[in-house]
Amino acid sequence: MPAAGHLLDVRDLSVVFTRKGRRDVRAVDGVSFTVDAGETMGLVGESGSGKSVTSLAVMGLLPKRGVRVGGEVHFDGDDLLTLPPERMRDIRGQDIAMVFQDPMSSLNPVVPIGIQVTEVLERHQDMKGEAARKAAAELLDRVGVPDPNRRLKEYPHQLSGGMRQRALIAMALACRPRVLIADEPTTALDVTIQAQILELLKELVRDSGAALVLITHDLGIVAGLCDGVHVMYSGKIVESALRHTLFAEPRHPYTGGLLGSVPRLDAPRGAALHPIPGSPADLRPWSQGCAFAPRCANRVDPCMQETPALETSPDRALRCYNPLRADEEVPA
Amino acid sequence: MALIGFGLIAFFVLVAIFAPLIAPYGPTDRPGADVITPTNIPGPSAEYWFGLDELGHDEFSRVVFGARQSLLVGVVALLLGMAGGLLLGVLAGAFGGKVDGVIMRIVDVMLSIPGLLMAIAIAALLGRSLLSVMIAIAVINIPIFARLLRGQMLAQRESDYVLAATSLGVRRRSIILGHVLPNSMSPVIVQATLTLATAIIEAAGLSFLGLGSPDPRVPEWGLMLANTQRYLASAPHLAFFPGMAIVLAALGFTLLGERLREALDPKYRR
Amino acid sequence: MTTGAADTDHGAADAADQPATPGERHRERREIHGEDLLLSVRDLHVYFPIKSGIFIDREIGSVKAVDGVDLDVPRGSTVGLVGESGCGKTTFGRAVLRLVEPTGGTVHFDGVDVAGLAGEDLRRVRRRMQMIFQDPMASLDPRQSVESVLTEPRRAHGIERGRAKSVGELLDLVGLPASSASRYPHEFSGGQRQRIGIARAIALDPDLIIADEPVSALDVSIQAQVVNLLEELQDRLGLTYVVIAHDLAVVRHIADVVAVMYLGGIVEQASSDALYKAPYHPYTKALMSAVPIPDPIIEDTRQRILLTGDLPSPANPPTGCRFHTRCPYRQPTRCDDERPLLRVMSPEHTVACHWAEQIHAGDIQPRASAVVEAAVRDEPPRQGVPIPSDPDVTTLGPPAGV
Repeated sequence: MPAAGHLLDVRDLSVVFTRKGRRDVRAVDGVSFTVDAGETMGLVGESGSGKSVTSLAVMGLLPKRGVRVGGEVHFDGDDLLTLPPERMRDIRGQDIAMVFQDPMSSLNPVVPIGIQVTEVLERHQDMKGEAARKAAAELLDRVGVPDPNRRLKEYPHQLSGGMRQRALIAMALACRPRVLIADEPTTALDVTIQAQILELLKELVRDSGAALVLITHDLGIVAGLCDGVHVMYSGKIVESALRHTLFAEPRHPYTGGLLGSVPRLDAPRGAALHPIPGSPADLRPWSQGCAFAPRCANRVDPCMQETPALETSPDRALRCYNPLRADEEVPA
Repeated sequence: MALIGFGLIAFFVLVAIFAPLIAPYGPTDRPGADVITPTNIPGPSAEYWFGLDELGHDEFSRVVFGARQSLLVGVVALLLGMAGGLLLGVLAGAFGGKVDGVIMRIVDVMLSIPGLLMAIAIAALLGRSLLSVMIAIAVINIPIFARLLRGQMLAQRESDYVLAATSLGVRRRSIILGHVLPNSMSPVIVQATLTLATAIIEAAGLSFLGLGSPDPRVPEWGLMLANTQRYLASAPHLAFFPGMAIVLAALGFTLLGERLREALDPKYRR
Repeated sequence: MTTGAADTDHGAADAADQPATPGERHRERREIHGEDLLLSVRDLHVYFPIKSGIFIDREIGSVKAVDGVDLDVPRGSTVGLVGESGCGKTTFGRAVLRLVEPTGGTVHFDGVDVAGLAGEDLRRVRRRMQMIFQDPMASLDPRQSVESVLTEPRRAHGIERGRAKSVGELLDLVGLPASSASRYPHEFSGGQRQRIGIARAIALDPDLIIADEPVSALDVSIQAQVVNLLEELQDRLGLTYVVIAHDLAVVRHIADVVAVMYLGGIVEQASSDALYKAPYHPYTKALMSAVPIPDPIIEDTRQRILLTGDLPSPANPPTGCRFHTRCPYRQPTRCDDERPLLRVMSPEHTVACHWAEQIHAGDIQPRASAVVEAAVRDEPPRQGVPIPSDPDVTTLGPPAGV
């Protein structure tokens, strides 16, 4: 029975890609998390971690063929994974909205921005004509697009990257969704623009009380924006904690490794980088132990035998047989 | 899919090569001359597998020998067209700038003349013969290859790996020949097989219209189709077999094109 | 703003506790001779014409990608060039190597003006200055085996096999197995491909390597590997680097001197430490405050300078100071009609800003709207870990409460 009070409750989500003649790929392998209203949750991982696929599964945006989705996604009393497509289409955009990474490919290049925004309003809020146009202009203004009335008539290629992303955010927030999923929303943007967009997201989420699920590979963004963080590796969550705890005391060697390998702007010049050996492709199947084992300096025998279980404690969830100790900052 | 294509091609090539051994009669023999009347042109039978044509020839033998003609015309036309087109394309793609501009204008002019008109003009110039057909088809295809290769080369020249080779100090000629050209060839190969398929059809079409060899005894599939127009209702087998031959030959080359492209791309080698 | 105090503490603790890391040893060993300049660029301009017209192309303007840049690169050092998209740093790097033709200015490489060379002379000097590209897939010919990639430089210059590094040696230097030689680029991961690109660049023992975004296309956990490799190679082979990147943290780590570019010009240049401790130029300040730092305490307490608006078009740059349209410290005089030149603030630290001293002294404050104060955070909505309660697993923290 789902825990009461969580806005979004994902349980044991799994996504398997099947292709004729090739082995199945478990992109998401038993992922569970919850998100509450007003909360910002971070899903951190590199390529191959399954973080984007997780969000697509929650939104029901994965293709039907060649994909097997398992588990439950509870939202507002429904399991989204079992809803008929029309119901899901109602929810998408209205209650749960998504902002994607590359604003250029997420916007229709031959349709003016204004129409793309009003389209959302028409679909979900039944607004038409002048009312919709006014609402669209207000939305653009809210997200910081200068001279919104003029922008409504412009095409995506006439706007800069930052403006396009703002337009996408406007579209996502048009119907005041309760959950906003942002998948690498600033990766394609310059860093000063990124700062603007992140500030905007923070503000909008605070004002609307929506929940924000932020998917990113950038630990710096997570440190500044998220309340809780889940670190994903090869389809499973390997560590979850509130942000202060995670950064101050990472316990999973992967988390520690990431923190130790990222150059920091405030680090002294001589500080060494400790890269994680190997590459994200050096994987062990979870069924045979721990997927991170081939690259892990803390590896012990059980890591090569059985899947480590997710153990929860008051301040953290951890999936590791031999986690970092409190005094170890990074694996040597 | 690819195997079917390859099989068809191999089949036709073998048939063309071994035609004299396969066909029971020569293409101009008229074993059934005495049986033929305008209202009675026998269809397929045990003795004559594809039936007889309106002059008493064994249709099967004619179709078999026709393979030689059609493949010959197709291949020669293709080679001529490729030679011309690729030469222009390489020059335009390698030098760019003004050379490219001039060559592309020439190509544009060639493209603007309707193929059929071109074929008629050539036939008028050189006389009606299979050679005229071959040249006509070649000329029609020159612009296609020229544009294709030139476009590919121009695109590849902007690649980072070309920039890298330049920064290493590799000579420009080596870059064009060793890097740009090989990476531009894939679509050309595919186009070649497709063009072969259409060349066979185009040759048949031109012969059908009377621009090819005027000699009705020449066993060319298109010509055979042309000659049977009057008998279509009473002797459909005369259209069916040459027609099928054209379709299957063209299909074979089209499927082969796919297979060749995959084989040439190193990504698929492993 | 910068957190100088935290910076020093961290450094002291490190030096005392840990043995010298490869990075530290690397920096100690390199002695940079300030006057021995391997590369000296003066007043480099790269303008791209904008053409328009239906029948005949008319030049109606130009994109001023690089608009008067000076840069000195001492032998053996690493100079970082940072900036966001459109600032011209990539074009600058390519212009130095003559991969793009400079419109004006000089590029003195070891005393010779490369900008004036042509033909064979240019080809020969190319041996000594190489580039590492951003996209490891696009910069390798997909039809070339690794062996061919690594022997091509030697063959291009007619050098006999024995007189250049062998394929095996090169692979070893970059940490790839010898079996890589017979394989093709698509068989490798991004990080490995980048290593191949690096091996190619060092094949002829160049003096200078210009690395254009060497790690930005790589996964985070791989970036550190490649950065370390670059430092190690610099040590072993005595290389000089110009690292072009948009990632300030990476450049801070690897470079001795950092130059910040905006819209075709350098706005500030200083040693890596000095730049971080005390940036003078408003753009540098904004850039630094925008870089996320993986430390929630710092993120919560730092003050940010946010820029408004977008980058102006390089085809139509603002008059006067190119940054004035977005500058939080803009003043009513001089900023919009007089282009500031680079001035010396302190040894090795130059800034192109009319009001640098006043800003630094605090006499000029940024516009209030541009400053985001330290984040005021509500208490997180819950105290416990955000996963669903599972009866089989040990208990969750205290229930959610706002």
